[in-house]
Amino acid sequence: MAVALVLVLIVVGSVLFHLLSPWWWTPIASNWAYIDNTIIITFWITGVVFATVVLFMAYCVFRFRHREGNRAAYEPENKRLESWLTIVTAVGVTALLVPGLFVWSRFVTVPSDATEVEVIGQQWQWSFRLPGKDGKLGTSETRDVSADNPLGVIPSDPNGQDDVVVEAADLHLPVGKPVKMLLRSIDVLHDFYVPEFRAKMDMIPGSVTYFWFTPTRTGTFQVLCAELCGQGHPMMHGVVMVDTQEDYVAWLGQQQTFAQLSAPQKTGSADDRTGQTAAPGPEIAARLETVGSR
Amino acid sequence: MSVILVFLLVIAGFAGWWLSHQGLMTKPWLEQGLAGDLVGLDRSALPTAKIGLGVFLAVVGCLFALFTSAYFMRMAVPDWQPLPLPRLLWLNTGVLVLSSVALQCTSVAARRGQIDTVRLGLATAGLTAFAFLVGQFMAWRQLTADGYFLASNPANSFFYLITGMHGLHVLGGLVGLGRTTTSAWTGTRPERLRLGVELCAMYWHFLLFVWLAIFALLAGWAATFIDICRQLLT
Amino acid sequence: MVDITPADGIPPAEVAEVELYHPHSWWTKYVFSQDAKVIAVQYSATATAIGLVALVLSWLMRLQLGFPGTFDFITPEAYYQFITMHGMIMVIYLLTALFLGGFGNYLIPLMVGARDMVFPYVNMLSYWIYLLAVLVLVSSFFAPGGPTGAGWTLYPPQAIMSGTPGGQDWGIILMLSSLILFIIGFTMGGLNYVVTVLQGRTRGMTMMRLPLTVWGIFTATVMALLAFPALFVASVMMLLDRVLGTSFFMPAISEMGEQLPHNGGSPILFQHLFWFFGHPEVYIVALPAFGIVSDLISTHARKNIFGYRMMVWAIVGIGALSFVVWAHHMYVSGMHPYFGFFFATTTLIIAIPTAIKVYNWVLTLWRGDIHLTIPMLFALAFIVTFVNGGLTGLFLGNVVVDVPLSDTMFVVAHFHMVMGVAPILVVFGAIYHWYPKVTGRMLNETLGRFHFWVTFLGAYLIFFPMHYLGLMGVPRRYAELTDMTIMTESAHHLNSFISVMAFIVGFAQMVFLFNLIWSVRHGREAGGNPWRATTLEWQTPQTPPAHGNFGKDLPIVYRWAYDYSVPGAKEDFIPQNMPGSFGPSREPA
Repeated sequence: MAVALVLVLIVVGSVLFHLLSPWWWTPIASNWAYIDNTIIITFWITGVVFATVVLFMAYCVFRFRHREGNRAAYEPENKRLESWLTIVTAVGVTALLVPGLFVWSRFVTVPSDATEVEVIGQQWQWSFRLPGKDGKLGTSETRDVSADNPLGVIPSDPNGQDDVVVEAADLHLPVGKPVKMLLRSIDVLHDFYVPEFRAKMDMIPGSVTYFWFTPTRTGTFQVLCAELCGQGHPMMHGVVMVDTQEDYVAWLGQQQTFAQLSAPQKTGSADDRTGQTAAPGPEIAARLETVGSR
Repeated sequence: MSVILVFLLVIAGFAGWWLSHQGLMTKPWLEQGLAGDLVGLDRSALPTAKIGLGVFLAVVGCLFALFTSAYFMRMAVPDWQPLPLPRLLWLNTGVLVLSSVALQCTSVAARRGQIDTVRLGLATAGLTAFAFLVGQFMAWRQLTADGYFLASNPANSFFYLITGMHGLHVLGGLVGLGRTTTSAWTGTRPERLRLGVELCAMYWHFLLFVWLAIFALLAGWAATFIDICRQLLT
Repeated sequence: MVDITPADGIPPAEVAEVELYHPHSWWTKYVFSQDAKVIAVQYSATATAIGLVALVLSWLMRLQLGFPGTFDFITPEAYYQFITMHGMIMVIYLLTALFLGGFGNYLIPLMVGARDMVFPYVNMLSYWIYLLAVLVLVSSFFAPGGPTGAGWTLYPPQAIMSGTPGGQDWGIILMLSSLILFIIGFTMGGLNYVVTVLQGRTRGMTMMRLPLTVWGIFTATVMALLAFPALFVASVMMLLDRVLGTSFFMPAISEMGEQLPHNGGSPILFQHLFWFFGHPEVYIVALPAFGIVSDLISTHARKNIFGYRMMVWAIVGIGALSFVVWAHHMYVSGMHPYFGFFFATTTLIIAIPTAIKVYNWVLTLWRGDIHLTIPMLFALAFIVTFVNGGLTGLFLGNVVVDVPLSDTMFVVAHFHMVMGVAPILVVFGAIYHWYPKVTGRMLNETLGRFHFWVTFLGAYLIFFPMHYLGLMGVPRRYAELTDMTIMTESAHHLNSFISVMAFIVGFAQMVFLFNLIWSVRHGREAGGNPWRATTLEWQTPQTPPAHGNFGKDLPIVYRWAYDYSVPGAKEDFIPQNMPGSFGPSREPA
């Protein structure tokens, strides 16, 4: 009796928790509402299955619990029932898979008008690079990373000279324009993850990965690293600000190009940390040292 | 990962063949008692030790198939520079073939009960296998002397890793062979000795096969062969 | 071949090549024993001991997550060491070793009607190498720099770099060495389990008369033998990268402004190798649990397992399919996006045989005679948690849904529910079920029920709400959950609640351990077959079974393992070794 009751309570409790609890996803800020919808479909199908199975079990436990003189039925198998259940399951699985694959094909097909933005992860900070007037990003190479060239842009590549370099500071994006995020790391695996955008992808040293999205509302969003990257992993935060077009252009105008940064006399911007809200990597490393020595 | 998947497909084929003889479609609740047709579903007539070795060789095969998979995947990166294989490897291959042949003769002799031939064969096989290991070591020395160090290029790393792993398996085999050889001199029951010799022969043939496969791999023929296959398919 | 008719007086089969090793001294009887039953207890005890370490580590982690900033000694460095060791111990050194080394060793020979494993000496070596692997693992706690903090997935490059605890110290070296040892030791044991099922079966014990426990352990062992080499290869290659400076997995790296000597290696290659092992590993833990829970449900509901043939096919099918789904752990790893289509499809297909197994378990309950014994309670709890965890697997397996959820607490909740809580509940059920056979005494009922309710409800309350933290976007493997704009105040409260539940559930395990030890002496006498079960391990002449298991003659098997409540039979169970025909199946086939 008690067991059957608890099983029912588990179903009721889980459903109520799902409906009433305050813990739910963050308001979406990109075009990937498709993904949210797929999750909702999945919740419905799996929720029905969970409730059915557990409630059926509760009924069995209640109805067929041992009493004096009871004897179980003898039924080795029931082909028809089993075939039906297999078919129903296959239909359910297809109902999950088809919308999933449909949305995935959108996810991996980058629209042709997407602008490229490069994200560079390193222990434990985010940097960004945007194409300059030529609309092209210069090639890069980890071997070229140095104090003067923190992102490893190949200096001889003319396409790279006018690239806008945002080192360890906030990224701004214009609202409503699709962006293709090119992801690169110069040390370990990282993962560029903004919960509100829903999309994420690992960054692998030695290759360039990507995903795309369209920001749909303005605001300030926190970037989290979602792939374990060493002790500083939980502190590797960054900021993406989605601006209106005017704000974005104004911000872009204040940024420095690769050519300006690598020019012999520094204009001071590399040390000037205006517009930056996230702690840069060296600071995190220093913080970890003090923590470690405690 | 295609090499390991093909390998597993072969294993799955074996497993499927075996399962198809286990009466998976029968309804066991209807079959009470000890019917005559159930005898065929009992264990295999092969000696248990041979089946054990067979399963072990499948695991070893899996290991080398995975190394091969990793080899091909790493090979695709542009920094790969194939290293020239020392000519000594040809000689080593010959020695290992000799070792395998010696064990095959030994197992024939063991079946006929010719104990002297068995002893001679075991000794030959042991010595040649040992010579193979020495030869492999010489090849390593030669390569390092020519400046092909372990860490200088992934092709080198794989060469040392795969040949070393194969050498370790030969070394393990030598332990087993040593035990069989001892028993050939101390006078164990003939059927036991015969089983021991057959197990050694099985293991040796397998390691020879693995060696030929990795030799082809390291020499680059395997890659060429796969390219040709791919071109034929497209 | 002579035609053998169903008559008594058939000579029982003995395996000629297996010469039973007879112990002569206390040392060879209890320490360097070649008896599978002793080895099973050794495996189980070692696995439990190291599992306790992992339990304590989980408490420390929950202290940090539930009450951030309160416990100064849990630095990020220590936190990452805790999660790594917790994960690795639980998955490999506890669950794999306990299911295959512990239950496999004890149950396979007894259930198939063999005197012992076919290679007892190799079996003994297997345990001692496993113990060595455990000791090497534990030694990393005392090594300079402590154990590795790379996460149980040990992804390079970070696993062998200085930004990760133990990466440039001893930690990672000891971890990889321990894994290599474990795999060698496991292969020795695994050969035994497989070949004993193939060759050690007694007369009349066809594959289709095997209890599903043996099918589960057998299939899992075959998978483990084929999957562990991938981890072996990955470990050896990473060890070379770390110690000798090769570049299998290490690309060109600029670490904190300094160029490392590596060049061109592929971190993705490691992930492929790791998950080629790692996904089958999930089923290596799950399949024995599937098998055992089938037998628990059938025995305690006094009804044959529903759809035995389907259950066998499903076990084999799941085992085979699990080798072609590995990359669903890598949807956001940056591999070619088109792989996503293939691996999402295979992953969701695997849900079908798994669902069939669940249906057959609950349909076995239907019209049964359900005894709510403690093993049955654990089996019911297993179904609840397994269904829950399995269904959340449909989220993560469906490639695009995985994108927002991967690397969040949702994943943590999912795999703890499905391959942590669910198999562990089966382990508990199995211990309550077979403890009387191993010791001759029953476990204490009151303590058992307390243990059950706290563990089941507590674990559900830990991991069910955790999914919603993941949905919110809280990433996994965060030593500090501070300064996160997505986390509301209430989410932090939820974390504290989860931590408190974790302590309570952990405490209940101490009660269980006490029960285990106390009942060896003080438990109620069990008799030979307290659950009135059909399978051969309950039909041994002595309890606990003596060396050689079955006395003078091996049993002869006349029927399948599930003759419960057969119409026409007097008792509601017919042991497998009882001759004669009963029920609707009068004519022998």
